Amino acid sequence: MGTHAELEAIVDRYSGESTALLQILREAQEIEGWLPPATLTCLARLLEMPRARVEGVAGFYSFLHIERAGRYRVLFSDNITDRMAGNSELLDRFCNSLWLERGKTSEDGLALVDTTSCTGMCDQGPAMLVNGWAIPQLTPARVDEVAELIRSHTPVEDWPAALFQIEDNIHRSDMLLDASLEPGAAIRAAATSGPLATLEAIQCSNLRGRGGAGFATGLKWQSCRNATGDMHYVVCNADEGEPGTFKDRVLLTRYADLVFEGMTVCAFVIGARKGFLYLRGEYRHLLAPLQEVLARRRSDGLLGNDICGQPGFEFDIDIHLGAGAYICGEESALIESLEGRRGIPRNRPPYPVTHGYLQQPTTVNNVETFCAAALIALRGGEWYAGIGTGKSTGTKVLSVSGDCVRPGIYEYPFGVTVRQVLEDCGAQRTQAVQISGPSGTCIDATEFERRIAFEDLPTAGAFMVFDESRDIFEVASNFVHFFAHESCGFCTPCRVGTTLLRNVIDKLHKGKGSQHDLNQIFKLSRLLQSASHCGLGHTACNPLLDTIKRFRPAYERRLESLEFEPAFDLDGALERARAMTGRDDAGAHLRTDE
Amino acid sequence: MNDAAQPKVRVATTSLAGCFGCHMSFLDIDERLFELLERIEFDRSPFTDIKHCGPCDVGLIEGGICNADNVHVLREFRKNCKILVAVGACAVNGGLPAQRNHIDLGECLEEVYVTEISLAKGCIPNDPELPLPLDKVHPLHEVVKIDYFLPGCPPTADAIWKFLTDLLAGRTPHLGHGLIHYD
Ligand SMILES: Cc1cc2nc3c(=O)[nH]c(=O)nc-3n(C[C@H](O)[C@H](O)[C@H](O)COP(=O)(O)O)c2cc1C
Ligand code: SF4
Ligand code: SF4
Repeated sequence: MGTHAELEAIVDRYSGESTALLQILREAQEIEGWLPPATLTCLARLLEMPRARVEGVAGFYSFLHIERAGRYRVLFSDNITDRMAGNSELLDRFCNSLWLERGKTSEDGLALVDTTSCTGMCDQGPAMLVNGWAIPQLTPARVDEVAELIRSHTPVEDWPAALFQIEDNIHRSDMLLDASLEPGAAIRAAATSGPLATLEAIQCSNLRGRGGAGFATGLKWQSCRNATGDMHYVVCNADEGEPGTFKDRVLLTRYADLVFEGMTVCAFVIGARKGFLYLRGEYRHLLAPLQEVLARRRSDGLLGNDICGQPGFEFDIDIHLGAGAYICGEESALIESLEGRRGIPRNRPPYPVTHGYLQQPTTVNNVETFCAAALIALRGGEWYAGIGTGKSTGTKVLSVSGDCVRPGIYEYPFGVTVRQVLEDCGAQRTQAVQISGPSGTCIDATEFERRIAFEDLPTAGAFMVFDESRDIFEVASNFVHFFAHESCGFCTPCRVGTTLLRNVIDKLHKGKGSQHDLNQIFKLSRLLQSASHCGLGHTACNPLLDTIKRFRPAYERRLESLEFEPAFDLDGALERARAMTGRDDAGAHLRTDE
Repeated sequence: MNDAAQPKVRVATTSLAGCFGCHMSFLDIDERLFELLERIEFDRSPFTDIKHCGPCDVGLIEGGICNADNVHVLREFRKNCKILVAVGACAVNGGLPAQRNHIDLGECLEEVYVTEISLAKGCIPNDPELPLPLDKVHPLHEVVKIDYFLPGCPPTADAIWKFLTDLLAGRTPHLGHGLIHYD
């Protein structure tokens, strides 16, 4: 374990706050690459909390290891786009060259190799994370290079910087990505017109949240402003876990000032003094640059006390790093995580606007929403309302990946057709597009005239393209596995339901399915939609329902019969007993054709 | 209406990898059994000692699937029963016997027949008369199609009664509040 003094230093850096538990655990893990039992015990003592709570949190997040995990933790991103780019072959190659078995820490404690959910590098995949640091554009040569660095025990800090080079790939920019805002301009504009007029501008812009649900931002800010509490909080949701989405990464890389500007404007409107940026663990590489931006803004008087010379306007922002849990993108789970707990969604209502962080009024918005809000504060709501469509004003930043010549970032005014996006990114012979990730919608070629807009195809940004060479069943299967892996396990319908769905899809994958299994999918989907606790469970069936509707033959050709097929290989299940007893008589076998 | 004119509903029951607790719970419907017998007759069942199932309307199965013989019996029931019901936690989920699924079958057999101090010292029985155990215990619906599930360990007599009376009356069985207990 880390020495008592080392752990004490970490805890002290966070002033012993229990809310910082996740951050403390993350840093404590860096000492040895995992969290040995003695470390958990020591932290529990230092933080004066039950050990069970410490271990409970450590056990929840997939990037925290409570079992020995090796000096190098190598996680291959396993989104469908990584698969299409050949991640499985690269993973095998990597394991072979290091003599490792996937999912098992090597006996010498050198390395652990496994897969992880989409790491948000879909435009430059396949990608991996090494001890939390992203390496994109994997090729056999790059994989061999990484293996060699590990074999030679080179510390990750000393690896060639070129490995960690991440591209922005902005291919189409519009009013948001073109904006060159002078830091502080939007805050000064808001300060000049006052909080109420600024709120009014946000309302009149009809800005809707960019995180997926499309809730009216003005209304959210107003409810939060009007809610009573000791403190108000602003939270920026940069968890960006939806597979296929990476636009927040680029916004935070290139437009961090705009994001913080939007958060500060929000603080001014709702009366908050404290804000958080919840950054997904996969974007660990952005932590230091973002902290630099925050430091610069503090020294420029854009954060801290009397911001922009406004007496009494006080606001600052902390960055909280996640640890590999998609569910923490759900706003109430995110708040739990911010408070240093397992990321389990809360009961809603009450909503965060009245009972958020520490049960205080809290505004949670997506990264892109804050960017748009900053521009609205500067240029006015009417200007903004003039862009896009009636119900979807402004622009949308899309993360385009999959089968196309130019994957990357595309910004369009709302209302753009899918066909237009496909043309711009150089997609050919397109079979299907997954809009807004696994929890969104899969459309086929008859629907490419549909529009990206809340009134037609709402999206949080993902736009994954599949050409005619792809088996859509594989796509759906990848997404079903994603949900089963990311279910937080709190409620039974989703915890068990997503696993049952995965079992069904695996059975179909082996060509052992029957009509009964397809019926089972519909039954499970009704159950998940009606009985799950949060949005993850509600949407976990979408990929199956959408693709069964549009690509039914992809399923039908995997059916063994139209009636019923057992869930497992009956005769194979007797193999072990045959071996133990040495029997091979007729009674020692089960026929499958009965 | 003359009930006697109505043919009786033929019911078969069996216990696979179960403890007979579900059958005991069935008997707990007590004097309602007489009422029931006006409407049903038993085919293969521990109550009749008929060895093989003939054509039936309803099959009630307690227990999960732990060996090859269980598979044969279950298939016989499926072939003969119009409606097949998984009765009790073992039939629905594998239940208590499925606790062994965490242990390798080989180790299990070794410990029981070889390393454990017991009366019959010696070897893992290999008589062809004996059914071979499956490597894991499975719920019924993983082997054949099951039409209804009656949860509980065991389901209470009232739950079984409600289920059967619904079925006999042609209603989709619905237990509702009070008849499903998990604690
Ligand atoms: C399972 C799940 C995952 C989510 N992930 C994200 C996410 O990664 N980023 C995000 O901004 N919103 C995410 N959301 C939506 C948030 O709960 C919330 O609606 C959003 O952050 C509000 O911001 P907005 O109004 O600006 O969109 C997720 C929701 C669910 C149910
Ligand atoms: S629906 Fe799934 S993710 Fe949401 S609370 Fe339930 S188990 Fe957790
Ligand atoms: S469900 Fe309970 S009572 Fe019924 S067979 Fe299983 S263990 Fe026995």
